[in-house]
Amino acid sequence: MADNGVNKGRRRFLVGATTVVGAVGAVGVAVPFVASWQPSARARAAGAPVRADISKLEPGQRMTVEWRGRPVWVINRTPEMIERTESSDPARFSDPDSEVPQQPGYVSGPLRSIRPEIGVLIGICTHLGCSPLYRPEPDAVDMDNWPGGFFCPCHGSYFDLAGRVFRNVPAPTNLEVPPYRFEDDDIIVGEDEETA
Amino acid sequence: MGTPNRVKAERGLMRWVDDRFPATQMWQDHLSKYYAPKNFNFWYFFGSLALLVLVNQILTGVWLTMSYNPSAEGAFASVEYIMRDVEYGWLIRYLHSTGASAFFVVVYLHMFRGLLYGSYKAPRELVWIFGMAIYLLLMAEAFMGYLLPWGQMSYWGAQVIISLFSAIPFIGPDLAQWVRGDFLISGITLNRFFALHVVALPIVILALVVLHLIALHEVGSNNPDGIDIKAKKDETGKPLDGIPFHPYYTVKDIVGVAVFLFVFAVVVFYFPEGGGYFLERPNFEPANPMVTPDHIAPVWYFTPFYAILRAITFDLFGLDAKFLGVLFMGGAIAVLFVLPWLDRSPVRSMRYKGWMSKVMLVLFAVSFVILGILGALPATALRTAVAQLCTALYFAFFLLMPLYTRLEKTKPVPERVTG
Repeated sequence: MADNGVNKGRRRFLVGATTVVGAVGAVGVAVPFVASWQPSARARAAGAPVRADISKLEPGQRMTVEWRGRPVWVINRTPEMIERTESSDPARFSDPDSEVPQQPGYVSGPLRSIRPEIGVLIGICTHLGCSPLYRPEPDAVDMDNWPGGFFCPCHGSYFDLAGRVFRNVPAPTNLEVPPYRFEDDDIIVGEDEETA
Repeated sequence: MGTPNRVKAERGLMRWVDDRFPATQMWQDHLSKYYAPKNFNFWYFFGSLALLVLVNQILTGVWLTMSYNPSAEGAFASVEYIMRDVEYGWLIRYLHSTGASAFFVVVYLHMFRGLLYGSYKAPRELVWIFGMAIYLLLMAEAFMGYLLPWGQMSYWGAQVIISLFSAIPFIGPDLAQWVRGDFLISGITLNRFFALHVVALPIVILALVVLHLIALHEVGSNNPDGIDIKAKKDETGKPLDGIPFHPYYTVKDIVGVAVFLFVFAVVVFYFPEGGGYFLERPNFEPANPMVTPDHIAPVWYFTPFYAILRAITFDLFGLDAKFLGVLFMGGAIAVLFVLPWLDRSPVRSMRYKGWMSKVMLVLFAVSFVILGILGALPATALRTAVAQLCTALYFAFFLLMPLYTRLEKTKPVPERVTG
């Protein structure tokens, strides 16, 4: 009579079963709330490819186009800039051969580009997302043998004109190369060559 | 005559209320019969001041919400509208922005008091943990609030902090995108930060403040001697070294409030930007995703942790410097939560601990301040080296604590408080 005829095993089962069902329900309810934080359809649509005319981009110049809200640099490298970039000592870079997947498969080599003269880079430092400054000329920054490139003022990271990161700076990887392709005088950023 | 009738009527009203709600009981438990040690000193002002600043933030925050527009197109302009066109809008905004810095000033001093007198030690571990949870949420609250004016530093500061998530291996980039709700920080991010800053986090912070106080009043306040005043009671059961919180400490705290408000008002009226540390200068330009300010520094109360993040420039254990920096920064806050179990000293107060604890506390406090200064400055090789040294000292204070608190010789603790 101590337990007043209570079936403890059944009570424990019912408590356990209710808890499990309740927990499953709680997870189910969490789904819409968590998923609601994903980019909305409008935000995804705004991330569509962008097109820019590069026929008037003079050698040595840089233009910036906006893709997915991020600055994408298109630089027209002069033969001297290409020469300085290609002849840089690979030991100065963290990832001279672009082994970290920071670029589409169809760009390779020290220049990290489809055409040697046209460099396309996402202008966001791979350290903490600042936008580095364009310093294409030798002696433009406080570094010996500067081949020209980009300097991030936030935490002092250096990249060459192909976006390759120098050693011993906070940025861990090379600048990202977005998917891009050429069409007549235009460059289309955000679309792969294969899908063309 | 009239007086006894009024008193009788009041008693009648209170009895009517008390039969339905424990008003008198609560008043006594938490104020008029809550016995606090009689030897509270200067360091004990900051708890009640934190409560005062919290009230200021809620009141001014609600008023700001009435004129603020949480959209990427309208946010910056609406803050200028508050500053120029809304009656006393400038004052309400400066009370809120200065209040944020004041909050961290009093909270840091309040936390230092805890370190100084061992207020985190048993039986007050939960008081400390609730307090740390408040501190953590306060940082989230301040961070999200700083995005709302949608200035350049709002934008790029948030950019730096959110991209910390992307340093986490595998899930990082998706996690950062989930937090932003976009491929970059946009009006979508601004809107959700507004919701969290104005609704979600304040509710949780208020709940934690209640838990912090309930836990404190359950075990009783610590004191500069770290003595348990409940051990010595008079024949009526009142602690011999205790005095009722009201009126003794309410009156004392009013003096603290007066001094605090004097200083606070001077800042609000004469230095509302805090020399560029409370409101940073790039924030007077609207957010522009295409242009990074030359120098991105967080607001001063985050700079110690930011300096720790930047101090990690080397790879270790197969983890890259970026992720390691995030781990160290997170660890610097996480280690605070386990502090009650790191301190193995038989005494609570620094007054009776040995020389090693004293030296370590001084080194820790100095390192924290130096990190705070370094975090606001652009990095150079020398500053990074100093930040690395200070980071090592910061962690040494905690991680070596089980050793030095056990090894050192403590002084005998007196039976009664020393005043």
